[in-house]
Amino acid sequence: MPIKLPSFRARRDSYPPDLWTKCPQCSDMLFNKQLEKNDRICPTCGHHFRLSAEARLEMLLDHGTFRERDAGLQSVDPLGFVDQKPYPERVATAQSQTGLRDAAVRGTGVIEGQAVSICVMDFGFMGGSMGAVVGEKVARAAEDAVAERLPLIVVSASGGARMQEGTLALMQLAKTCAVLERVRASRIPYVSVMSDPTTGGVFASYAVLGDLNLAEPNALIGFAGARVAAGTIAQELPPGFQRSEFLFEHGFIDRVVHRRELRSEIAALLRFMRVPRGEVEQPAPASFNPIGAFLSSVAGGNGGNGNGGDRG
Amino acid sequence: MATVAIVVDRLIGRPDEGRTDGRGKGDGKRRSETADPKEAVWKRVQLARNLARPRTLDLLGEMADEVIELHGDRGFGDDPAIVAGFARIDGRRIAFVGQQKGADTDENIRRNFGMPHPEGYRKSMRVMELAERFGLPIVTFVDVPGAHPGPESEERGIAEAIARSIGLMSRLRTPIVAIITGEGGSGGALAIAVGDVVLALENAVYSVISPEGCAAILWRTVDEAPTAALAMKMSAQDQVELGVIDRIVNEPGEGAHADPRETARRLRTAIIAELDRLAELPLDELVEARYRRYRALGPYTEVATPEVAPPPSRGLADRLRDLLDPTRWSMGMPLPGSSRRDEPPAHEEV
Repeated sequence: MPIKLPSFRARRDSYPPDLWTKCPQCSDMLFNKQLEKNDRICPTCGHHFRLSAEARLEMLLDHGTFRERDAGLQSVDPLGFVDQKPYPERVATAQSQTGLRDAAVRGTGVIEGQAVSICVMDFGFMGGSMGAVVGEKVARAAEDAVAERLPLIVVSASGGARMQEGTLALMQLAKTCAVLERVRASRIPYVSVMSDPTTGGVFASYAVLGDLNLAEPNALIGFAGARVAAGTIAQELPPGFQRSEFLFEHGFIDRVVHRRELRSEIAALLRFMRVPRGEVEQPAPASFNPIGAFLSSVAGGNGGNGNGGDRG
Repeated sequence: MATVAIVVDRLIGRPDEGRTDGRGKGDGKRRSETADPKEAVWKRVQLARNLARPRTLDLLGEMADEVIELHGDRGFGDDPAIVAGFARIDGRRIAFVGQQKGADTDENIRRNFGMPHPEGYRKSMRVMELAERFGLPIVTFVDVPGAHPGPESEERGIAEAIARSIGLMSRLRTPIVAIITGEGGSGGALAIAVGDVVLALENAVYSVISPEGCAAILWRTVDEAPTAALAMKMSAQDQVELGVIDRIVNEPGEGAHADPRETARRLRTAIIAELDRLAELPLDELVEARYRRYRALGPYTEVATPEVAPPPSRGLADRLRDLLDPTRWSMGMPLPGSSRRDEPPAHEEV
């Protein structure tokens, strides 16, 4: 007869979670009030805990400068998706738990005196997953940045595309990447901040496309989850794989920045990348590629191959 | 070799179902749609993954008068999982890009089972930019389980390559016809599937994550993959309804694997029709329409009242007081949602 061992897990879980949090890195038990006061950074080892969208905005922007836009954007259920719960029920639960309408909050604010268009994500809302609402908010933040000549800041915290919206969630990669091409053509600076975690379709679209990519220390950042990588190709993964420092080492992140220095660092960078004043140019497609435009304009002259598929 | 077995299993499903030799089972007559929708969509997933399904170079070989493959990303190497180059179809010059799975295990190992590394997408971008510069329309053939999910792939920036490729295709000043010919596996597929028009073969599938991955996360077991496939509406027919795919090209008989030549012939007709139609449009209009197509994808609603429903345990007034209280941060009050982790992270697979 097997001996029943006392369950240590049960004892650990008996700490009231509202009061205590265990640091995943140094295993210290942290008093929640102290953790909040410390910007959710472990006082012992410096581990950065995840931040809610509100706390993130409070920390990055000058106090009281945030003006939310599109607060009413609401997910719909285009697939009629049901797993163990119907998708609308999952959204409603997440809404009542977080007080957010979806996994991103966007608007305008001021960073050390510089106005910006900003969109921040909240991992607490369905794993920060990107459905049509998140994609739309990022796209609108980018469009406002172009229209109002403001730098664009996006802070990512996401497990990736929202499976419950199927390929329509995947199409948000196309939506956001397409809008960002126009931001680039309009010479609007875009700073992407990656926090723990930034993975999947969010990493493979707007998060990785910053003119500057910043990351918080030791954040999980990667395309395919380690479990997927291990499962699909049955390969040993190197230590520190998919952490900020790994990405930094391989050249995909400009700077790994401590949370407390993020605001001043972004402000300093924006002072170098000023939005060109006075010329409010429409991001006309023609401005993307003068060479291509020239060539297609003269293409009529060298016709003669008679190919229906050619432009003339 | 264990690795290979795992991958083969994953790619073709159960071996006895996946490895048909072209004759197919039964009497060769088209079987009517199975009554069970879950079974029907799973059958399509199996067909899309069929080892004998014609690949990019097979299809081009049948439909093109001339095919010249180009190699290398000019930075790291040449990825055999993606093929790209020039071709001539019915006298029309085109540039092509497509994933290339293998026809057998040896070729699959060489081609990484059609799972591209970053250099594959960078080669593809290079050829697409050439196409833009020399006025060639682009035709892409999408058939990929997903981009390669390994350490080398991450080190060389698979996410960056995919995002750049999507961005590039959204603004290229030349017509783009994208065709989902087999598996449309998430970001690895979309990276070459942004087009003015998106076609799909009848038994192609398109999804944000593999049905196995979705089932593992939401149902906590891979056995529910058919359920996940149905829930994600991944069949080409469902994708047309969602507006992600524009048109379907029917496959002959039992499926594309049964008659690759006829499949290629039908695709060729469809490609020529689309190229002719797109060639009529001025470039500015073409690029703007493509931008609008993707800008508009993904439905949402807008509600007038920004407040969401209060949490069941506390009143709305309490919550609002909390939200509006400027001292709450310095007081170190717990943030809403900070202590709750019951949702599984919605990890996208590839």
